[in-house]
Amino acid sequence: MAIEEVFIAAAALFVVLAIMMFYRAVAGPTTQDRLLAVNVLGTNTVVILALLAAGLDQAWFLDVALIYALLNFLMAVAISKFTVERGGVL
Amino acid sequence: MIETIRFWVVVALLGLGVFFTFVSTVGVIRLPDIYARAHTASQTDTLGAGFALAGVAVAFGWQHAAVYTVLLLFFVFITNPTAAHAIARSAAESGIEPWTNDADEDGDSQ
Repeated sequence: MAIEEVFIAAAALFVVLAIMMFYRAVAGPTTQDRLLAVNVLGTNTVVILALLAAGLDQAWFLDVALIYALLNFLMAVAISKFTVERGGVL
Repeated sequence: MIETIRFWVVVALLGLGVFFTFVSTVGVIRLPDIYARAHTASQTDTLGAGFALAGVAVAFGWQHAAVYTVLLLFFVFITNPTAAHAIARSAAESGIEPWTNDADEDGDSQ
């Protein structure tokens, strides 16, 4: 089994785990539950992009993963700040 | 010889990454309230992403792409617990009460 197939299989398992995480993003009782589920989904997406960069030998996927991680962190902090009325989260 | 060692190191790191991400997914789906979910998301998800990215870095070897991957690992290691902390603090300031077991003896949570 070549090492590229190992990376593709791990990426497929991460996709399955990300789809399982959609349950909490849809059914979460509060806004913060949904925000946390979307944050974990974003981290899974970053890992999937890095695994595909190694599995398909396309190193420029890592640039996309880096920008995606940055936007994911910014999204989580911004929404968690704006759900509180007068800020003060960070 | 060295290729065989590198192959099995990559397989072990990816297996640990998939395992810890599975633990994180089960925790976020099954745990009772937002604070417990933020706890498991900040710890096990960071560890699973770190193991998987370390496997990618070992597979690339001495290239520019490995430097990018280590940078991404460092960034995820800092920002993921910070985001979970901000979400949990937002929940606390929104007035969400933490789940306790001794409030109702029937086990009728959620």
